[in-house]
Amino acid sequence: MKSQGFYRFRKTAANVLCHVFLGVLSAVWLIPIAWLILNSLREERGAYTSYVIPKGFTLQNYVNLFTNTKTYNFPQWFLNTFIVAVLSCLITTLIVLMVSFVFSRLRFPSRRKLMNILLVLGMFPGFMSMVAVYHILKLMNLTQTLTGLVIVYSAGAALVYYIAKGFFDTIPRSVDEAATIDGASKNTIFWRITLPMSRPIVVYTLLTSFMAPWADFIFVSVLMKGKVDKFTVALGLRQMLERETVSEYFTQFCAGSVLVSVPLVILFLLTQKNYVEGITGGSTKG
Amino acid sequence: MGQSKAKVITGLNFAVMGAGCAARGQVAKGILLFAAQCSYICFMVFFGAGYLAGFRTLGVTEQTAAWNESLQINETIKGDNSMLILLFGILSLAVTALFIYLYIVNIRLGFKALQAEREGRRPPTFREDLRSLWNDKYHLVLLTLPAIGLLAFTVLPQIFMVCMAFTNFDKTHQPPGKLFTWVGFDNFKEIFWSNPRKSQTFLRILGWTLTWAVTATATCYFGGIALALLINKKGIRLKKMWRSFFVITIAVPQFVSLLLIRQFLNDNGTLNILLQNWGLIDQPIMFFRDYARQTVLFVNFWIGVPYTMLITTGILMNIPADLYESARMDGAGPFLTFRKITVPYMFFVTAPYLITQFVGNINNFNVIYLLTGGEPKSLDYYKAGKTDLLITWLYKQTVDEQDYKLASTLGIIIFIIIGAFSLLSFNLFAGGGKEENFQ
Repeated sequence: MKSQGFYRFRKTAANVLCHVFLGVLSAVWLIPIAWLILNSLREERGAYTSYVIPKGFTLQNYVNLFTNTKTYNFPQWFLNTFIVAVLSCLITTLIVLMVSFVFSRLRFPSRRKLMNILLVLGMFPGFMSMVAVYHILKLMNLTQTLTGLVIVYSAGAALVYYIAKGFFDTIPRSVDEAATIDGASKNTIFWRITLPMSRPIVVYTLLTSFMAPWADFIFVSVLMKGKVDKFTVALGLRQMLERETVSEYFTQFCAGSVLVSVPLVILFLLTQKNYVEGITGGSTKG
Repeated sequence: MGQSKAKVITGLNFAVMGAGCAARGQVAKGILLFAAQCSYICFMVFFGAGYLAGFRTLGVTEQTAAWNESLQINETIKGDNSMLILLFGILSLAVTALFIYLYIVNIRLGFKALQAEREGRRPPTFREDLRSLWNDKYHLVLLTLPAIGLLAFTVLPQIFMVCMAFTNFDKTHQPPGKLFTWVGFDNFKEIFWSNPRKSQTFLRILGWTLTWAVTATATCYFGGIALALLINKKGIRLKKMWRSFFVITIAVPQFVSLLLIRQFLNDNGTLNILLQNWGLIDQPIMFFRDYARQTVLFVNFWIGVPYTMLITTGILMNIPADLYESARMDGAGPFLTFRKITVPYMFFVTAPYLITQFVGNINNFNVIYLLTGGEPKSLDYYKAGKTDLLITWLYKQTVDEQDYKLASTLGIIIFIIIGAFSLLSFNLFAGGGKEENFQ
């Protein structure tokens, strides 16, 4: 028989190894981020440097974004993106949750068929239909407007119901049945019972849909067709990396990227709890 | 009410929608139906009819230039716009289909009301109908808004796209200057056999797309689960901190991280310069030329792992604890509970996610486009490069080449591949009879 001390030693050794391994992995994942921040503080211009630590540190790149708005109107872009993100995230989340609830909790004749139809619709490459979407929006006089962009981002939300549906599926049906016996309508069950028990998936949907407009530049570029003051940050910042401007504006691009990323990172870290702790204390035990 | 009067009402209901309902006390419903009929007629008269008329030819008069004597300039005389005829023709057809459906509903409602009357029952009042919407028919309430959005901005545009594949809409047939028209299956023939360069390119890109999708999905999925398990392992300290490190990379928008990594890995990018300075390599490593495919797979791993980690962490914590408890009471060891509870549960909950990821990877536009733009270019390929996926090839055909017919043909092919795959897998793994298992 091996002694208890040996087991304890083996356990500690394994733990130390795991920590080291995690440390290495974290480095791989964080180095590009660190590099982004360093570049945003770099004093020297230019896209490529032969060193990592900048020779001089400055905040001028950040200041320029807000003062030098003639060619690149960063504050305006930021505001645009924020407005679009908030609106489209609210609409998207509402749609996703409604559709997932319908498919997970309600039973009606054509349910399976509808689920399959939505699934199939989601298979088409989205931006292929952009040409048609553009003309439909033009008919409604909504091209080159933020409203049009909100519509583009949230109209198709029903197609991504499956993750939320998968989540709703894990809530025991007995909860619904008990509520029905107590005289609750389906409407009450949706708003008062299922949604409060599904905070993680609500947060997940809110977050992912809030972040989408910050990253997309295909739809914006088609919809805005060069109307610079309606650009979002993604499209605007990408412009800075055009071949003619990249060496002049690379550090400003980095500064802008940091400014976009920081709020998103904070938001993400704050809501992380919802993913992880989930509803462990909630419905499944209830 | 006499027999003949009932007949008149039924007859009237065929011509004037809502008459059947209104005559039997369902006034509000009747008015709504009648309003629908009126608006359909207006729509067709003022908008739809003209486009439907040109739908078969997609326009006959081409735009021309004529000399205007009084103004002394060349004036363009507007011709037909094939694209608008196609798009709004489809719209009119869709509205008509919707109207026909409503019409059938109207007749059915009329008969129902008649039947109720004969049996001496009172047909449901408007208020009762409304109330049932909050309960038995609640799905109608919840699905209305999503359905409108989908029909207008997804279904209609997609039908438009499908139609384009059967036309000759390309650079030389661009509205409003030029007309395009129907050509049947010519585009499909070209891509499959009659144009060897196109069909070979298609096969090669298809092969790479599938390899890419399988590899990318598998690496991210298992990598993410492994990472989640590692962080969740008993004895790991500061779990929250480790998780946050990886979560940060999710929150940075993809276009930022991808463009950044491209600069970082470039031939004269920072990584190469550093490695050269340290004397580890003599020549810069051509990540985007010699190892382009490996590089995009690796970068995608970097992007994808934190996502899976985050999602599976949530799921791991969500497994009902009583499952484990009862298993332990039955004498199951940690390995057995992992195999019999953790894995099946995880698979059940993540199956839709996994399928979505696979489909997402087939259409993973961002990673390829922002990182390599499909390059390195190759002479064997028709306007494409070695890392091009079907989707980026398609994108290039629309934006760079304006070859809409080829692009939408590709779109349909992608759709068929993905559609067949996901219908099958969704019904096998993620739905079917299993959906109640864990409820």
